[in-house]
Amino acid sequence: MNGEELTEQETALYDRQIRVWGADAQRRLSKSHILVYGMKGTVAEFCKNIVLAGVGSVTLVDDRAVTEEALSANFLILPDENLYHGKTLAEVCCASLKEFNPMVHVSVEKGDISTFGVEFFEKFDVVVISCCSLAKKKLINQKCRKLPKRIAFYTVDCRGSCGEIFVDLQDYKYSKKKLEETVECQLEYPSFEDAIAVPWKVLPKRVSKLYFAMRVIEQFEDIEGRNAGQTSIADLPGVLKLRKELCETNSVSESQIPDAVLERLLTDTSEYPPVCAIIGGILGQEVIKAISGKGDPLKNFFFFDAMDGKGLIEDISKP
Amino acid sequence: MASEEQLSAIKRAKVLMVGAGGIGCELLKTLALSGFQDIHVIDMDTIEVSNLNRQFLFRQSHVGLSKAKVARDAVLRFRPKISITPYHANVKESRFNVDFFKEFDVVLNGLDNLDARRHVNRLCLAADVPLVESGTTGFLGQVTVHLKGKTECYECQPKPAPKTYPVCTITSTPSKFVHCIVWAKDLLFAKLFGDKNQENDLNVRSSDTASSSEHSEDVFECRKDEDIEQYGRRIYDHIFGHNIEVALSNEETWKNRNKPRPIYSKDVLPKKITKENGDTEKDCATGDVSAMASLSLKNPQDIWSLAENSRVFIEALRLFFSKRGKEIGNLTFDKDDQLAVEFVTAAANIRASSFGIPLHSLFEAKGIAGNIVHAVATTNAIIAGLIVIEAIKVLKKDNNNFRMTYCLEHPSRKLLLMPVEPYEPNKSCHVCSETPLSLEVNIHHSKLRDFIEKIVKGKLGMNFPVIMQGASILYEVGEDLEEDMVAIYDANLEKALSELPSPVTSGTVLTVEDLQQEFTCSINIKHREEFDEEKEPDGMVLSGWVEAPVDKDNNKPVGNGESTSNALPSEEILEGEKDVEIQEQSTGAETVTGKKRTLSEVDGSRNQKTTENLDDDDEDELVISNDWESLTKKKRV
Repeated sequence: MNGEELTEQETALYDRQIRVWGADAQRRLSKSHILVYGMKGTVAEFCKNIVLAGVGSVTLVDDRAVTEEALSANFLILPDENLYHGKTLAEVCCASLKEFNPMVHVSVEKGDISTFGVEFFEKFDVVVISCCSLAKKKLINQKCRKLPKRIAFYTVDCRGSCGEIFVDLQDYKYSKKKLEETVECQLEYPSFEDAIAVPWKVLPKRVSKLYFAMRVIEQFEDIEGRNAGQTSIADLPGVLKLRKELCETNSVSESQIPDAVLERLLTDTSEYPPVCAIIGGILGQEVIKAISGKGDPLKNFFFFDAMDGKGLIEDISKP
Repeated sequence: MASEEQLSAIKRAKVLMVGAGGIGCELLKTLALSGFQDIHVIDMDTIEVSNLNRQFLFRQSHVGLSKAKVARDAVLRFRPKISITPYHANVKESRFNVDFFKEFDVVLNGLDNLDARRHVNRLCLAADVPLVESGTTGFLGQVTVHLKGKTECYECQPKPAPKTYPVCTITSTPSKFVHCIVWAKDLLFAKLFGDKNQENDLNVRSSDTASSSEHSEDVFECRKDEDIEQYGRRIYDHIFGHNIEVALSNEETWKNRNKPRPIYSKDVLPKKITKENGDTEKDCATGDVSAMASLSLKNPQDIWSLAENSRVFIEALRLFFSKRGKEIGNLTFDKDDQLAVEFVTAAANIRASSFGIPLHSLFEAKGIAGNIVHAVATTNAIIAGLIVIEAIKVLKKDNNNFRMTYCLEHPSRKLLLMPVEPYEPNKSCHVCSETPLSLEVNIHHSKLRDFIEKIVKGKLGMNFPVIMQGASILYEVGEDLEEDMVAIYDANLEKALSELPSPVTSGTVLTVEDLQQEFTCSINIKHREEFDEEKEPDGMVLSGWVEAPVDKDNNKPVGNGESTSNALPSEEILEGEKDVEIQEQSTGAETVTGKKRTLSEVDGSRNQKTTENLDDDDEDELVISNDWESLTKKKRV
């Protein structure tokens, strides 16, 4: 690693985690720049984790106003209207995050992320987006992929007791410890668009039902022009119809996607704080791995469901 | 997710959190966000700089303040309407008795040591309050649910025994760096800067063959006619030179070992040390007195040469005497004491150099000496989320859906978070069932004090024991005892078991009770003449209680003893860096292996698992099969 040594202050503050991932990883972290879009509870958890870990900078994008709903699972917002009135979600969260670690530069970028040009993304090593429509996920993922520089791209969504993370590290090289030696590894990731285009029937038999259910809901919201999470039980007939179509196109049985799971995803659209903590924790860990180049990253979907308590990795890419 | 019924159960609940550290901060936040309204938090600790990388409720300006109180204030900022009651106190205080515990619907542990965990386990059993237990090390973590009569208690499964090193390995024949650290910290540091009246093995073994002309007690005293540097050099020559020569004279010892090399200060240091940088004796980040600062050694990750270690040794000693003279005689090693860590690192390295053991950096040495548990924020956040999920099940009385969950570093069968059904109580658990224990002991040699310290407190984890033989009380502690009784009990402590007023003989059944924990044990005494000094250093052997075999592989002596995992079922992991009895704790580094047992357990269908596990690391597979036997013996709830 070329690069300056950690300062005494950094060594003292990060002592316990340097014992986990080493001084080298800590130096890389301190030089990394992270873009985050969609400041809900899960993302608040994620931001807390990476700010504590000591990344170089975090840039927040979310121009929405603070609402009652936004408060519910987000500990970065103090519930005092005088404090948040007239400010955007990103601005309010930024102020709180700064306090967690004075060595990390936290800032806000205003505007609609969909309109940001490719060159905007070039400043970042990691891009994390949340609460996005299908179209927006594809678009931002494409922009990241157009750059010569490799950007680690993540999407994260929590609906009630369920959470999903998608990871695109493109062509990723890393090292891991196997017994006593360090071995070099390589992984090829598909883009979000390519991953979800993989025909369902070629996927391994026991892929999580949540994967399919999330795709149905995502497409439903896309077709109906809804924002992510803007659904209710009244949408069930429409969603079941879409499930039928998708299952037929993909030649898989509708029983792959139980009604009960779809119902839960449609109705429990608010975030459930324990799940935010878990998904935000896993995402934080993955981003730290991707920056430090140490340890097996997950490829390429992660699901957690509080109902059965499983935290599951699924590899959805062309066989 | 949150149904009306669930929300009202959460709102009504009164919960007790024990620990406001790494897991505790995350837990308090997640409880508050999840709608809990009445939370009580006990933590005896104050905030330190090295907490700030993960205990996100704390800031630099809070260093030195109560964790419980600062955590409360921080959470009230984003949830001002809930009630959080902080206790800056040790959970073992008598006010936290069974009646106190009975007030709660569920107890949530985010502790960092075995002792407190056992204590809380017993109080929860006595008060019949469900306990959700947790621990983390690095990327690994676990959450378990303990409900009396329904699932196993925290002590139903073996806990890895603390690692102990034979005294002679430490005093005469170190073969690993950790041996040198133990020597430097527990013997040398204690001898020079600690309580002079404490027994100390520093010289005993190495000089008993050829007694030196000097009276060994005087060697460590600074003489009137010498300055501090001369004193330091004399100590140096005595412990690294003279003592090694003496040890070498015992040829028997070195028949099958590499001989150590005596090191004298004149061989590694110039005659008179000239100070290069007299103006900065203080660490610029912390302001602490520091030998590294005054010698211009900057990077704690560098491994110093023998000469550098020797300079640090002399300089640290000088600084202790010149800047911190008042503390000498009362110091105990503290991993957060920069100068103490420097001194111990240097002394351990010089000794390592003498014995041909690789040297280590201050950063590494500090980790070993302080039993520091690796800790990151993300694992604590995940574990806290899982605790809340289980706590809500407890409140909903959803007893059939409790899970123990493991947070893994490497996925097993695609799982990174692995839920496992909890186990039934162990019918022969000495804590939650009433199985008698038996103790082999030499009743003529072992004193009541040995029995109490090593067995009743050391192994059974009692704090306020009452020892009874039939109806007669041999010993008890308490504030309201008559003075004459205290005198009798004190006298009993020094008596051999067979010489007590009601003598303990082979076949005697002793009843041991802790009134605070409401926990009672019967112990059958069996007399035995001889004990193996190396293998049975206590001179007593307790059987019938659950204790895991000592971790054999201790070449990574990191971590908080209890945080290890070698063996299964409830190998535990801890957050925190407490419990610093270096003596002799084993590693927290390989926690990974412990997890594997659960691999085979998920989903019940055992047969497919091994075959299905193809995409896992080979390492993982090995571990499963190792632990196979112990798995099959347990019953699921």
